[in-house]
Amino acid sequence: MDITFLLNGESVELRNVSPTATLLDWLREERGLTGTKEGCNEGDCGACTVMVTDARSARALNACILFLPQLDGCAVRTVEGISAPDGQLHPVQQAMIDHHGSQCGFCTPGSIVSMAVAHLNGDRNHDDALAGNLCRCTGYAPIIRAAQAATHHPVPDWMTDTPPASLVQKYSSGGLGARQPPSLNAPETLDDLATAYAAQPQATLIAGATDVGLWVTKSLRDLDNVIFLNRCTELQHIETTDGSLRIGAGVTMDRVLASVKDLHPTYAEMIRRYGSAQVRAAATIGGNIANGSPIGDNPPALIALGATLHLRAGDHRRDMPLEEFFIDYGKQDRAKGEFVEAVTIPRHAPGLKVYKLSKRFDQDISAVCGAFNITVTDGTVSEARIAFGGMAGIPKRAQAVETALIGKPWSEATIRAAKAMMTEDYAPLSDMRASADYRLHAAENMLLRYWQEDQGIASNVLEVSP
Amino acid sequence: MTVAKPLPHDAAHLHVTGQARYVDDIPTPKGTLHLAFGLSSIAAGRISSIDLDAVRTAPGVVGVWEAKDLPSDCDCSPSAQDEPMLSGATIHYLGQPIFLIAATSHLAARKAARLGQISYAERDAILTIDEALAADSRFEDGPRIWEKGDAGEAIDTAPRQISGVIEMGGQEHFYLEGQSAMALPQEGGDMVVHSSTQHPTEIQHKVAHALHLPMHAVRVETRRMGGGFGGKESQGNALAIACAIVAAATGRPAKMRYDRDDDFMITGKRHDFRIEYRVGFDDRGVISGVEFEQYTRCGWAQDLSIPVADRAMLHADNAYHLPNARIESHRLKTNTQSATAFRGFGGPQGMLGIERVMDHIAYDLGLDPVAVRRANYYAAEVEGGQPPTPAAPPRSLTGKMNEQDIASRGSEELVTNTGAAGAVAAQTTPYGQVIEDFILHEMTDRLLGAADYETRRAAVAEWNAGNAVIKKGLAFSPVKFGISFTLTHLNQAGALVHVYQDGSIHMNHGGTEMGQGLFQKVAQVAADRFGVPLEMVKITATDTGKVPNTSATAASSGSDLNGMAVKAACDTIRDRMANHLASLHQCDAREVVFADGQVSVPGETYSFAKVAQLTYEARISLSATGFYRTPKLSWDRIKGHGRPFFYFAYGAALSEVAVDTLTGEYRILRTDILHDAGSSLNPALDIGQVEGGFVQGAGWLTTEELVWDSVGRLRTHAPSTYKIPACSDRPDVFNVALWDGRNREDTIYRSKAVGEPPFMLGMSVFLALSDAIAACGAGYPSLDAPATPERVLAAIERVRDGI
Repeated sequence: MDITFLLNGESVELRNVSPTATLLDWLREERGLTGTKEGCNEGDCGACTVMVTDARSARALNACILFLPQLDGCAVRTVEGISAPDGQLHPVQQAMIDHHGSQCGFCTPGSIVSMAVAHLNGDRNHDDALAGNLCRCTGYAPIIRAAQAATHHPVPDWMTDTPPASLVQKYSSGGLGARQPPSLNAPETLDDLATAYAAQPQATLIAGATDVGLWVTKSLRDLDNVIFLNRCTELQHIETTDGSLRIGAGVTMDRVLASVKDLHPTYAEMIRRYGSAQVRAAATIGGNIANGSPIGDNPPALIALGATLHLRAGDHRRDMPLEEFFIDYGKQDRAKGEFVEAVTIPRHAPGLKVYKLSKRFDQDISAVCGAFNITVTDGTVSEARIAFGGMAGIPKRAQAVETALIGKPWSEATIRAAKAMMTEDYAPLSDMRASADYRLHAAENMLLRYWQEDQGIASNVLEVSP
Repeated sequence: MTVAKPLPHDAAHLHVTGQARYVDDIPTPKGTLHLAFGLSSIAAGRISSIDLDAVRTAPGVVGVWEAKDLPSDCDCSPSAQDEPMLSGATIHYLGQPIFLIAATSHLAARKAARLGQISYAERDAILTIDEALAADSRFEDGPRIWEKGDAGEAIDTAPRQISGVIEMGGQEHFYLEGQSAMALPQEGGDMVVHSSTQHPTEIQHKVAHALHLPMHAVRVETRRMGGGFGGKESQGNALAIACAIVAAATGRPAKMRYDRDDDFMITGKRHDFRIEYRVGFDDRGVISGVEFEQYTRCGWAQDLSIPVADRAMLHADNAYHLPNARIESHRLKTNTQSATAFRGFGGPQGMLGIERVMDHIAYDLGLDPVAVRRANYYAAEVEGGQPPTPAAPPRSLTGKMNEQDIASRGSEELVTNTGAAGAVAAQTTPYGQVIEDFILHEMTDRLLGAADYETRRAAVAEWNAGNAVIKKGLAFSPVKFGISFTLTHLNQAGALVHVYQDGSIHMNHGGTEMGQGLFQKVAQVAADRFGVPLEMVKITATDTGKVPNTSATAASSGSDLNGMAVKAACDTIRDRMANHLASLHQCDAREVVFADGQVSVPGETYSFAKVAQLTYEARISLSATGFYRTPKLSWDRIKGHGRPFFYFAYGAALSEVAVDTLTGEYRILRTDILHDAGSSLNPALDIGQVEGGFVQGAGWLTTEELVWDSVGRLRTHAPSTYKIPACSDRPDVFNVALWDGRNREDTIYRSKAVGEPPFMLGMSVFLALSDAIAACGAGYPSLDAPATPERVLAAIERVRDGI
């Protein structure tokens, strides 16, 4: 594939790049830009963090699971481009020196980029901006002190990249010379995508690559037949109506978070925790659904919300309740050449609560993710949609529990009776994240938590002050 | 004066701009080969057949080596010569390297590594402590046992007794920079190796051994590591040897770095432990006797397990006087990664045993755990005078074992006890070292006062009375950590200092930089000795060609040893300069003053550069080596008696947590720390060690869980499954202060070692979790580590059931 992007302010054109060449390997091995580090090669440590700017925003991304074609039309800034061309330091760099924020220094370039992106975007939630940058030396305290100190300094001029839109325009008008027109594996419209995928249904669709990236970097798979979704802007729309949100499959999780923050705050908080800023900026809601993982965090929340899934194959579109999409472990109701186009959720769900349980709060895969959407009318449970991740081979509704709730008085006795039905719905597995017993027990207690919170009993450990 | 200033890390500017160069960042010469190991997929058995045809023909593969193709056993062990780089027959753990690939790229080598067709004759693996005990699978000939007094009798006759057991998991180092090395073949068969290692001399030694070369033919250079934490004390040997073998065989440079998953699967981690205890005490909680049985899984090879297990025994007392003690240590051989050095080196595990005992006693008596701890503290610092000697001679209960090795701390030595009998009895450790410098009484007062302990204790009780779901816990824990390698001969260091004609100074020593700021501290010493600004001192990479026969940068010893060695070298040159000036000016050399970049004699002041030039022109050497060896050490590890430690470093922490009793999730709300770094060489760097050590220690005991499955496969082998603390896991309120005392021993500027001791402050979090759980019911939590939310919830259930 042929691609064009800005690297530290300078235009780069690459011909015939391997579709699964990672930005990290290219930076280090081809460009000699070794400031960007490989810590884990799976998007979990942040040592490879780079800044990527497109028409929408500037974001921190993990270069280790970022394929070069995903950068087409974007601007990339590595740690080498965070200081000025004349060597003048960025305020976050100076603050990290002043506050002793580096020890071994290996995570530092990635942290610097995350901090510079947050600084650029005026994001002052430093814990969140740095949740995806693991540091083993400092205990983070001096890094946070540095981030706080830097907020008082203006954004340096050199951090404003040439608007990538102009690059795209140049490209669209044929201004980049004899470049190939967009090939079938980077469609720009939904129709093109539908056509391309129908023509090559065995192709791998790549949106954010936070999952597929690991097929390449860890499973060492060769993916010759791929379709990149990043240029398909129609897939990235969020349509708001009075009662619902229709979220395109290509919408990244940072945008999903922003759009549900006020509507469904516990869902938004779950999204905040499920992946770091780098992961949320790459991962898409469509990918999190379509990969069918039993431990994906979005499906339980979406199922509890009563989400409708929109699928498309060629010109054929169909809708279904999301829970029906998940048939069995590794098996979804998706035909060859069919792809997830969007998902629609209600804007209004005051009874929704989402609980994520993992060993670590931030950037950790759930042992159990529980979503509860319970409606109480005149003291009686009138509706209940409850779904869990991590409890079965698929994201799955708790039908027996729901049945035990509906029509019953909204009371602790009802909750305790319904809790006991959890074993009817689930027989979870034991693995390195949790034992089956713990999963079941925690799931039961999440229902209890829902009740207790409704009764005004404080039960969120994240809200306790020192 | 540059010493004691809170200067930034010497490489801070390079770190933040991405210019700091690690091994994998060094530009490679054309034709460099990239290496990977093919790994075993079973934990125990023998190789029946190996078919590597697909590996050899894979794209980019240049060469493939099995054990039989190597020029030697390529032993990687730092101790017992029991670690052939490649297994030729017996499989000892799942993840053991079986073959070596050289390819044209890192990715090509990794891909080829998965193509090996190996069949095995499997046998049942020994994976757990119980399986190892049942099979009597162990290192050394039996348990090591040290005794002081008659613990059994003391316990039996005490007013109260309790017993219990605590399990504590291991810990992956998760240095952000994985293991890496590069070998550059030289003329005449010589080899230059760049290695991310805490122990360049060991790399030199092992590479020389593998290639049948004298050590002088191998030069090892280490500029910096991206984190070490003990994980690069011996675990880098295999990569360096592999690179050297390939470089020697092909004449091409060879580079190897482990992918993170391979790093987890191949390399050793912290030792996990089970500690059983029985203790007798009075109604105030004062211990009269204690018995510990320590069981640890050492993995498949000896590596550093013997001294690690020794250090666990040596810290079974932590800060407490144990009049009668019996410590029994089992070093078990299992079919798992060979457990290795990790910050604290067994000390944390031993220490957690006695801290559990303190907690359990306090619970049993219904006393404040702080009061019980203080009642058992060693007596306060003894000022001046001859240190008293122990009242009773120790008894040796175990046989001896001899291993010889030239560079590591995995080997052992016997030292004759020189203690005189008949002096005044004083408080001694279970291993007979007299405690002379105990400052925890004052430190505890200061910390608990500043952190408002009494008020907060009451507030926590009040919170717990009023909240059904969220329970709070508050706990204090002290640290007393012994400083010195317990293999006495390792307590030495060398340095090489040059002053050039322009007055600039080139400094080199045997220590390695892994982020701890050693180079900056030592440069501050050098600048101070010459009275020059720090910018005049050039810090250079550790190089076995400049300073030979070095010890690992480990055991927190870096600045103690290398600071003294550099000081000696600087003073030698400075004295030569002073003598020359004195002769020119007909004054006493003692009247020559080096300060502020200048050198003054009565009546005249020169720039330092001018004096360097004058000295050079007088044909006086401006280059010197320096050497240091730690005094006062005398240790017999078989008897378990002597003075293994030059001094102790102290610390104290108070942590408050909140626990969700529905799921076991928790957070650290606040931590206050007071830590003893003596007269700090650099308070900023020392506080960095304390903050970072604490969070790492808390991680060990909370979210960092290593899980092996039933066939011995490590299931937590990447950051997606193994969870070190993330940014928001540090305490919400995090107050760290340094104790403003001097080291009573004559260390470099009276500072104290600070690398490992703060790690153990993380125990306060674990104890606070236990405190919160105890508020849930009538039973004692008996919490095991790591206290994942799952273990916390299980403990809550036990407590509620009154078990």
